[in-house]
Amino acid sequence: MAEKKDTQVKKVAMICAKGTIEDVYATLVMANGAVMEGMEAKVFFTFFGLDAITKKYMNKLHTGTVGNPAMRMPGGLPFPTILGAIPGVEAGVSAMMRSQMEKLDIPPVDEFLDMITAGGGEIYACKLAVDMFKLKKEDLSDHVIDIITIGDFYAMAGGEGSQVIFT
Amino acid sequence: MAQKTVAGVNLEVTDDGYLADPSQWTEEIAKEIAKEENIELNDKHFEVITFIRENADSGLTIRKVGKSGIVDIKGFYDLFPGGPLKMSTKIAGIQKPTSCV
Repeated sequence: MAEKKDTQVKKVAMICAKGTIEDVYATLVMANGAVMEGMEAKVFFTFFGLDAITKKYMNKLHTGTVGNPAMRMPGGLPFPTILGAIPGVEAGVSAMMRSQMEKLDIPPVDEFLDMITAGGGEIYACKLAVDMFKLKKEDLSDHVIDIITIGDFYAMAGGEGSQVIFT
Repeated sequence: MAQKTVAGVNLEVTDDGYLADPSQWTEEIAKEIAKEENIELNDKHFEVITFIRENADSGLTIRKVGKSGIVDIKGFYDLFPGGPLKMSTKIAGIQKPTSCV
């Protein structure tokens, strides 16, 4: 029988394409977790994921209260979609989620980017999406190293023990 | 659990090399463990280690160390390259942290 041989993950290249709290934080926690473990991490933000690195929106991300079957009331009762459609509900629920995370010592997005880059993680923005949303470099967080194509990103994603993760 | 002799003291350590009993810790032990991780401890390291030992039960995170006033997060990474929280807690002789941040 062949001997089982595990290769350690040494590098993660992550692509974040969505802008809800949960999608963005999944990316940030995984990227930060990687640098904490001494791994290399590079993150590429594209489409709605760009909100996470856009100065104006990064600390005001929302979660979807409509069409989310896992959304529950405090206490566990289902959260009716029709409630989620009422103006202000999405903002309230999102603010509550952000405060719950703060209690677990999970920082706001701008501070999370500070942490990831302090550990050597690298942040990139997708050129196609930046053009599409008519954004400029100065609209984006100062931690964004460059606005690049997906081809450029793949070019730096290689190497032994590297993984590409899409969130 | 395994037995290990560090700085002339016989210690019980976990599979990851963390001290099973934090009260057995001494500065000499810290220096030896650090050497295994290729770190030469200086005063700044010990300031951080002291903070870590004092806050061992409060759910340590990189963020908390960064707000300690001793080092910022970048400085913390520079002191303990390749996994600051993991390494500093090991050297500080406390339990391996379970935090994801």
